[in-house]
Amino acid sequence: MSGFGALLRKELLEQWRTTRLPVVATVFLLVGLSSPLLARFTPEILKAVGGDQFQIVLPTPTAADAYDQLAKNLGQFGALIAVLLAMGSVATEKERGTAALILTKPAGRAAFLAAKLVAIATTLGVATVIAAAGAWFYTLVLFEPLAVPGFAAATILQWLALVAFAAITFLGSTLTRSSLAAAGLGVASFIVLGILSIVPTIGRYLPTGLGEPARGLALGQPGVDVLGPTVASVVLIGVLAGIAWLAFRRQEL
Amino acid sequence: MTAALTGSVTTTAPAGPAIEARGLSKRFGAILALDGLDLRVPRGSVFGLLGPNGAGKTTTIRILTGLARPTAGSASVAGVEVALDEPRLHRRVGYLDQDPRFYSWMKGRELLELVGRLHGLAGSELRTRVGEMLIRTGLVAAADRRIGGYSGGMRQRLGIAQALLHGPDILFLDEPVSSLDPEGRRDLLELIAGLRGEATVVFSTHVLSDVERICDRVAILDRGRRVTEGPLEELLAAHARPIFRLVPASGQDEAVATLVERLRAATWSTDVAADRGLVRVTVSDADAAAAGLLPLVVAAGVVLESFERARPTLEDVFLELVGPAPTAELDGRGFVRPREVGPR
Repeated sequence: MSGFGALLRKELLEQWRTTRLPVVATVFLLVGLSSPLLARFTPEILKAVGGDQFQIVLPTPTAADAYDQLAKNLGQFGALIAVLLAMGSVATEKERGTAALILTKPAGRAAFLAAKLVAIATTLGVATVIAAAGAWFYTLVLFEPLAVPGFAAATILQWLALVAFAAITFLGSTLTRSSLAAAGLGVASFIVLGILSIVPTIGRYLPTGLGEPARGLALGQPGVDVLGPTVASVVLIGVLAGIAWLAFRRQEL
Repeated sequence: MTAALTGSVTTTAPAGPAIEARGLSKRFGAILALDGLDLRVPRGSVFGLLGPNGAGKTTTIRILTGLARPTAGSASVAGVEVALDEPRLHRRVGYLDQDPRFYSWMKGRELLELVGRLHGLAGSELRTRVGEMLIRTGLVAAADRRIGGYSGGMRQRLGIAQALLHGPDILFLDEPVSSLDPEGRRDLLELIAGLRGEATVVFSTHVLSDVERICDRVAILDRGRRVTEGPLEELLAAHARPIFRLVPASGQDEAVATLVERLRAATWSTDVAADRGLVRVTVSDADAAAAGLLPLVVAAGVVLESFERARPTLEDVFLELVGPAPTAELDGRGFVRPREVGPR
């Protein structure tokens, strides 16, 4: 992978200089902080909004509700941001001609793609850790502490799911010269995977299926099957990256 | 852009021509952009790739730099078979696009450092090379500004700096002076000429005077085909016909029109062009023309301000071989339409 180090350095600098990393980290922090807050105050909010007209009985919120809210928010906002991060990564460079600038240097196309995917994964990783840290802290303040090792492992699984969505969009960005087409593929895959996730035999091996073991880990539940879904997602990301490389190495710039 | 080129970071080049293209063809749908192009560029030459718009110059360079794949044929550059995704090729070549694009968020110095790292430079060697290139291209003052704020000329000079940074064996420059001001244009042409014997330069343009100024070999392309190729002096000797230039005194339009008619009728004239006070007569037999031309002028009653036998130029060769594009072959913008072919 000729030139990978230099290209990764460039990609990470680009994530920072174009404010993608700070913006995504800030959005994720807000998601992380707001999730336990929403879980804690939803009954009060509904009561205030409904007044005496509705009689809604909700169970007392718990730390599990706070985690569920975080997982739901990351699964939606996070996936959308993963799509936004990846949609223009290759397509824009092909369209603007900067890919031709780099690829007339001794930089392999595999390195070009790998550096981009690693940089996107890094941005998502930093942002997910920030979101998780914020959520963990507010869960501690508003409910009770969650075990750090389990919560950290759950965060890794959530990050892996986001990287999978980014990798699907990244493939779209590599196959086309259009960021919008890539985003379309990312959003479509999000919907399709959401539908497929309700099929028990398939669902647990999809990126959306990582939610269940992540929840078990975060809440310290026994007998959580982590290996199968994790390996499946890692393989999926690898396959998507491989297809992207096979296609990109034959593309004219 | 005045400093001298310093040491190269590339390895010793293998023997043989710097570039060899064998029957290169490139088709874009129904358009045949290259049609069996053969090319042999000797090492150390400054090679002009000439042709009108749509001749296939950019397509040729894009194939030779591994950005595009030929539909048929093959090519080797610096001993490496040309292919997409071939870092061995890119270690040996420098490339400047006709419309160089960069990362607008990056600073000029950062771009050169990135390119240097991709070429395996690091530490003080990298900083030294980047500093040299910034001086050489006159970008020192702008080095730490974002490229997004650069003018077209500055981007072109940055493009030249990144192409030369690693001391390439072969330098591909696609219309490199198109957006430079006269001073920048002169400096770049001097810089390219200074690389003679040190690197092989392939320089595409449709500005014939630039080619005459710096190139020692020329290939003329027309609609994807090589029309001719060889040392500039040989092409001039082989293809350029003798030319006489006459400048009539002003206010003799009728007499000049008569003269032009008579010149066209002369057996030794092959082309007569009258434009903006200049009559240009291309002849097949210089001696016969020298003897017969002035009597025709006198007979038409034209008073001349000047009369000279001109040294043939590359423009004459170009017009002889390619000719002005017929109106039917020009698109709406005045560019030559590429040839369309049916499916093979």
